[in-house]
Amino acid sequence: MSNNLTVSNTTLVWGFGLVLVALIIGYREKLGINKDILVGVARAIVQLSIVGYILKFVIKTDDNWLTMACFVIIVINASWNAGKRGNGIPKAFRNSLLAISVGTVVTLGTLVLTGSIKFVPEQIVPVTGMIASNIMVAIGLCYRNMLQTFTDREQQVLEKLALGADIKLASIDILRDSIKSGMQPTIDSIKTLGLVSLPGMMSGLIFAGVDPVKAIKYQIMVTFMLLASTGLGSIISCYLGYREFYNQQKQLNSKLLQ
Amino acid sequence: MVGVILVKNILRIKDLSYQVEDKKILNNINLQIESGQYVTFIGPSGSGKSTLMRIIASMITATSGDVIFDGQSIQKYDPIQYRQRVSYAFQQPTLFGKTVKDNLEFPFLVRNKEFVEKKAVSALEMVNLDESYINKSVNDISGGEKQRIALLRNLLFKPEILITDEVTTGLDTENKEIVHQMLTKFNQDEQMTILRVTHDESEIKNAIKTITIKDGEIV
Repeated sequence: MSNNLTVSNTTLVWGFGLVLVALIIGYREKLGINKDILVGVARAIVQLSIVGYILKFVIKTDDNWLTMACFVIIVINASWNAGKRGNGIPKAFRNSLLAISVGTVVTLGTLVLTGSIKFVPEQIVPVTGMIASNIMVAIGLCYRNMLQTFTDREQQVLEKLALGADIKLASIDILRDSIKSGMQPTIDSIKTLGLVSLPGMMSGLIFAGVDPVKAIKYQIMVTFMLLASTGLGSIISCYLGYREFYNQQKQLNSKLLQ
Repeated sequence: MVGVILVKNILRIKDLSYQVEDKKILNNINLQIESGQYVTFIGPSGSGKSTLMRIIASMITATSGDVIFDGQSIQKYDPIQYRQRVSYAFQQPTLFGKTVKDNLEFPFLVRNKEFVEKKAVSALEMVNLDESYINKSVNDISGGEKQRIALLRNLLFKPEILITDEVTTGLDTENKEIVHQMLTKFNQDEQMTILRVTHDESEIKNAIKTITIKDGEIV
């Protein structure tokens, strides 16, 4: 199976030539991005090398506690990054942590319980990463949309409050739009599956020599998994997040608006 | 037999101040409003009239002092319940949803009550808008009609106090008159207390009771 995998250190050095293409474009067009490219490439090499060795150790050790530790680290990291995208929304990290934890546990739990994947580190760790990173992106989009739409529709929210509406009724349109914005990229990407992109899971299995027909089954499973997880993550983060736009007197917190 | 009419103070404002960072917007306001009064607040732009109205409407909270409504500090009320009793109408309202119906349905939704279209239609007729308006798109409504519909949202469930913050600004004479008649009717027939902020000369001239605010203080 692994005979097809021919990437070596030497081939990677040759592959680095492709980075030079980006650097030349940056230099010739005076884009001022060459430093960012070099830092990005260096970080990618170092981070992935470290993760590669850690994963090798975790898979070799095959210890449930170590697998769980990896799960926790991925979830906390994803929540930290999602929280940062909250851009001033109070309790953004706490709410992201809850959303990503629930989304990941429910989705991963369903996959393990239905026998779609096994509770072994080589399956749990990468799948956790896939789920958590997708929820992280979805929550980031939800937060950005909420900040923008609360700002754009400030007058409408104020009027609804003045008419005696509860904060949920005053924000329901914003909530719906924000949840939708978190889920939309996943929905859009699944529409073009196979037509535009052969996504990571499927491509990886085909690369490793697995029968493409079997590989698509995994990809279908991943599609179901991402739909559920981004849905859960978006709805939890939005329903917890919108409350932060109001104070205890149920008044709109105008300091949060952009 | 001599009848005695007891008029209660529906609203009392006590030593109220409001400031944003170091800037004082309102300074030690004291005021009493009797139930059923139609009070007009006047004063230069930026004097603090709208801020005072927003505090009374519980849209913002005073830095110090208190607003007593119906014998109790507004801090002790559930803000949602309070705003259904003390309703605030904006200068330039926006209409929600797609149709006029969506807007008139909103007060019913707020109170978890079934929407009665007949009631909404008769409310529209009261402000010279016929039955056909109920299904009109909010994009096909003129500025004057928009203000009348927005005011109906405030009035469908008859609040005890209605605050109107320059609601006739930008309206033509005809629309101003319709709004004026509408508010007078609610004040006289329903004994609704109305607090009106205005810069309009004719409204000021015809006002029953006026309170002038200047530099954040009552003068």
